[in-house]
Amino acid sequence: MTVDLILFLILALVAVATAAGMLFSRNAVYSALFLVLNFASIAVFYLLLGAPFIAMAQITVYAGAIMVLFLFVIMLLGAEQLAPIKVLPWQRPLAIGLAAVLVAETAYLLILRAKPAADIIPPAETVNTLGELQRLGMALFNQYLLPFEVTSILLLVAMVGAIVLTKREKGERE
Amino acid sequence: MTLSDFNTLLPLIVLTVWACALLIVDLFIPKGRKGWTALLAVFGLALTLDLTLAQLGDSGAGFSGMITLDGFSTFVNALLLVSAMLAIGLAYGYVKRMGLERGEFYSLILFSVTGMMLMAQAADLVIVFLALELLSIPLYVLAAFARPKVDSEEAGLKYFLLGAFAAGFVVYGIALVYGATGATALSAIVSAVAARTANLTLLIVGAALILVGFGFKVAAVPFHMWTPDVYQGAPTAVTAFMAAGAKIAGFAALLRVFSLAFPSLAADLTPILWALSALTMVVGNLLAISQTNIKRLLAYSSIAHAGYILMAFVPFGSQEVQSVSVAAGLFYLVAYALTNFGSWGVVIALEQKEGRGLEISDYAGLGRKYPALAAAMTIFMLSLTGIPPTLGLVGKFYLFRAVMAGGFTGLAIIGVLTSLVSAYYYLRVVVTMYMREGEPEALREPWLNFTWGLTAIATVVFSFVPSGLFDWASQAVLKLF
Repeated sequence: MTVDLILFLILALVAVATAAGMLFSRNAVYSALFLVLNFASIAVFYLLLGAPFIAMAQITVYAGAIMVLFLFVIMLLGAEQLAPIKVLPWQRPLAIGLAAVLVAETAYLLILRAKPAADIIPPAETVNTLGELQRLGMALFNQYLLPFEVTSILLLVAMVGAIVLTKREKGERE
Repeated sequence: MTLSDFNTLLPLIVLTVWACALLIVDLFIPKGRKGWTALLAVFGLALTLDLTLAQLGDSGAGFSGMITLDGFSTFVNALLLVSAMLAIGLAYGYVKRMGLERGEFYSLILFSVTGMMLMAQAADLVIVFLALELLSIPLYVLAAFARPKVDSEEAGLKYFLLGAFAAGFVVYGIALVYGATGATALSAIVSAVAARTANLTLLIVGAALILVGFGFKVAAVPFHMWTPDVYQGAPTAVTAFMAAGAKIAGFAALLRVFSLAFPSLAADLTPILWALSALTMVVGNLLAISQTNIKRLLAYSSIAHAGYILMAFVPFGSQEVQSVSVAAGLFYLVAYALTNFGSWGVVIALEQKEGRGLEISDYAGLGRKYPALAAAMTIFMLSLTGIPPTLGLVGKFYLFRAVMAGGFTGLAIIGVLTSLVSAYYYLRVVVTMYMREGEPEALREPWLNFTWGLTAIATVVFSFVPSGLFDWASQAVLKLF
């Protein structure tokens, strides 16, 4: 338990620090890399909670695929350096107001509605373990076989579409 | 998975495989001979139509209840396949003339049709969503097919952004329905409501969000803003396919989802559907009056017709009227699809490069110079208005009768009045063709002539013998409930 707690505290610090780093760095590439680090530390949280599948999904989908796309776009557009933005006059009060609402909501839920710890049912051992992962795969390829296959056709169509829209035919003028 | 699972989905599987194979075969067809690709695409559609008609009278469920096969799905699938064939008939000469001839055009149409057919057979909200995306993504690409023409790019991007937005509504709605009932299968949703384990508030909000998403797809007011721009900017042959196919599929999904999964919500949803239908008819017809561009005119006309078809949903809560009104809705879809392809065919015949020949004033003198073309256009305009002897009149008659039987006389009156308003702008096209002097330029392409000729004849002939078609539609619906 104490090891978990220490690990959690360190990771929490890292997560918050990288989130802040993403917000405050003026270079878009640094921002994206901070976000990758943030995703990775959250993935470890999931592992601590005993949810290996979500942790792996977090790493592969978010930290892997989506962030690489982000980096590509940033580099292709050459938007590494942020130009100073003109701040809209109503933006700051609105942001402060919404943040206050969020804090109030969280406080209400945590303090007034919080249940005693005994009420929280700890997840059963089988949930989210590797055995559960097996059941997930079984469901995906039995009950959800058709949606799975349709998704693959969908991705193929999207790919064909992207090529049709971007590839220049021979002799085509721009 | 057993063989019977695949039997329920056989036409769709064949068409999907055909579309994939066409992508590869097309690589070996030299540029300038893409007519072969078009021919192969039509051949695939005909084969699928044959398999679909062979399923007539069959019913069943497959793939763990994800897919259902019944008279309704067979009817809608047949209509979709015929629509796609008509669309390719219109498109073949057009893409060649406009310099858009690329083999992927036909594959994308086939993929879009598979999405539409999947929609008609969906018995699970997960499949409904995937089918919606599968039908939409090829349409986004096809709308932008005339790149780098700015209009076409604008149409594609607009359709894509708003379509993605609408899909978001559908997914959110599905998520809420799942939250309320713990199920995405339509039958399980009904039993959860019947067992009173469902959270009704969440269910209503979810159903309403799904309705909003499909409202975008079928271009119902107030979700219609994209329609005129997209219909105008997209290549005309694509517009014709989009106007008919996406509407048929959208309405098929709405019919199935609402009458199967949400009949218990009728009391709450009927006023919403009533307002949606009335608003769509009124706004669509009124905005059409001031249009001078034929593509925009037909776009607003398609919005107005979405309103008429929506009428068929309003009585969906009462059991005895429901089957009649849904059959009337199916019949109206057939009438609309035929008329729609014919009228867009005439537009294609007159369209010149650089977007010339698309103003209504360009139709002046058509009656003298091209009598057959003008006669066909007259038939389509009469059918869209609902004047005999055309299918449009019969369709409206069945619809208004069903709605009156459901006790929604006010809605029927709005329908009749807006039809009168629509006579003004439809007949203006006819008057321009026959009464004004002009030198129109029209093209004579065999497949194009065949398509608008066939639809014109069908529009008139079916109006004299509508009962056979209506009986088929009624039988199709009987299996649904």
